[in-house]
Amino acid sequence: MRVRLEGVEVRIDGVTIVDGVDFVAEPGRMIGLVGPNGSGKSTMLRTIYRALRPVAGAVHLDDDDVWKLSARQSAQRSAVVAQEAPADFDLTVTEVVTMGRTPHKRLLERDSQEDALIVADALARVEMVELGDRLFATLSGGEKQRTLVARALAQRSRVLILDEATNHLDIHAQLGLMELVRGLGVTVIAALHDLNLAASYCDAVCVLDRGRVVAAGPVDDVLTPARLAEVFGVNAHCGTHPLTGRPLLTFSPLPNNERDRGSRGATKEVSA
Amino acid sequence: MNLRAPAATNPGAEDDGGRKRAPTPRPHVLPARLFPLFVAFLIATAVCSALVALSIGAVNIPLGNVWRVVLRHLTGRPAGQNRVQDRIIWNFRAPRVVMALLVGSGLSVVGTALQALVRNPLADSYILGVNQGAALGAVLVIVLGSGALGGLSVSAAAFLGAIVALIMVFLLGQRSGRSNPTRLILAGVAIGHLFSSATSYLEIHANTSALAGVVFWLLGSFSGAKWSQLGVPAVVMLASTTWLMLQRRGLNALLMGDESAAALGVNLNRFRVELLIVCALLSGTMVSIAGSIGFVGILVPHVARLLVGADHRRVLPVAALMGASYLVWVDLAARMLEKPAELPIGIFTALLGAPFFLWLMKRRDRRGPVV
Repeated sequence: MRVRLEGVEVRIDGVTIVDGVDFVAEPGRMIGLVGPNGSGKSTMLRTIYRALRPVAGAVHLDDDDVWKLSARQSAQRSAVVAQEAPADFDLTVTEVVTMGRTPHKRLLERDSQEDALIVADALARVEMVELGDRLFATLSGGEKQRTLVARALAQRSRVLILDEATNHLDIHAQLGLMELVRGLGVTVIAALHDLNLAASYCDAVCVLDRGRVVAAGPVDDVLTPARLAEVFGVNAHCGTHPLTGRPLLTFSPLPNNERDRGSRGATKEVSA
Repeated sequence: MNLRAPAATNPGAEDDGGRKRAPTPRPHVLPARLFPLFVAFLIATAVCSALVALSIGAVNIPLGNVWRVVLRHLTGRPAGQNRVQDRIIWNFRAPRVVMALLVGSGLSVVGTALQALVRNPLADSYILGVNQGAALGAVLVIVLGSGALGGLSVSAAAFLGAIVALIMVFLLGQRSGRSNPTRLILAGVAIGHLFSSATSYLEIHANTSALAGVVFWLLGSFSGAKWSQLGVPAVVMLASTTWLMLQRRGLNALLMGDESAAALGVNLNRFRVELLIVCALLSGTMVSIAGSIGFVGILVPHVARLLVGADHRRVLPVAALMGASYLVWVDLAARMLEKPAELPIGIFTALLGAPFFLWLMKRRDRRGPVV
């Protein structure tokens, strides 16, 4: 399923967070969304899964405007692993994952045998089968995250949105999650802080800075030292991973005099 | 969708040895497969509690006679020989017991729903100012006479107060058109305090006879219940509980947070408004007939969750049934402990409930998972 944003603009309490974003994720592709803290990654993703309505522009899943679909229809098409950690109500892991079936159920419909199979499959994929009866609140951060991934898998949607879903995971689980979602064959849009994770797994990368897309395209074209210096204010070296052959980035701080010429300073000059 | 098997190269197998946890503790006290049996048990308990409450009073009537009288009225047959017993049971005690059943389940269901709405296990109609709003309405009429609110009865004034409080909380609890749980609670607490200070002011200026009425109202009571009062509350209670049961998946999704709920296809703003309306209607109705009865709305949903988990498919019916039985027993205590005098219900809801609640909490701690 194709995800397309056109001129999307989001304002929260009068502050523009996302400022005219155009973005396309082709069907079945995995797109990494990178950018510094506060660059608008999560906000942009929220407009796709209907958690935040843009003040201008449109979000399309294939040919349908997300905000013209019902909440339920939209949730059948896109699933999300978000950042928030829910309060501690006594829900078991299986109950949380079963929630993934919510958009597929009518008011009076009961959970079927098929739902149970889908939930079991989702739990197996994140290696959580043994913890199915545990209370969600008693899990470690990583296990919680895997549970939420399983919930998104149980939604069986054709678009999967990961909002820094790898944050609480150990390195094994991080790679496992990226492998898993890559293998699903669905469109994946993943906001990532780890640029190397983006470089290793994503078909394309989109760089967001202060609410605008500053670059989008294949990893090699986008994650260049010049751009990383400009957007993140770091000195980056682009190498090649000795085993996978994927781009491998290493970082060091920018020297002080260059840092002044980094992104924040540069735009001040432009706008002045 | 083409779902591939988990990658064979996944190095998880070796790692898992080191990560293994202690054997999984049972999450809830009650195993899931016993749930239907448990519901049947709760229904039986409610029926038995009601029968016992009908038989005990100033005059004790044997359970057999109670059963016959109830059966006769339910099947519409003419009254038997013992007219006095018939009147005591059907005209005096039965409305009171039915009111206790209704209010008990109503308050428990509202508590459950409001806790999901504001995603806070401490919420009930108090925290959203509903009870204080109802109290102000009722006390206005008790102290100043029915002329104060254009001839409204105490119940009607209480209902109005509850709805006004909830509308204010809702309007103040949103920000840029979106309501948010924390703001709702803050607005509710503020409005609640505002209304209770107004109520306290009225209380100070009340004369002695009005004050007795005020105290009884503020702590809740089922005395003087009549059949004619119960029709509307029964319909409201059944309709809202049914609606909430239908929305069980949405309520579950709310527990997981706004983003999650949106991602699961819940139309958040609309669902919150609908929930608030239903909760206002239900709690307003219950408070208007029985006064402001505290703690039930927190106690019962919690005990229900401890027993069957937080899934609303199970919590809602269990809370409704447990709340019903619970208030029947509380009412029995309120009218028997210092008979022939009657005590307000509110004194006993916590007195009986809190120790049990604490015991259950402790017991569960030993089983493993934290609450």
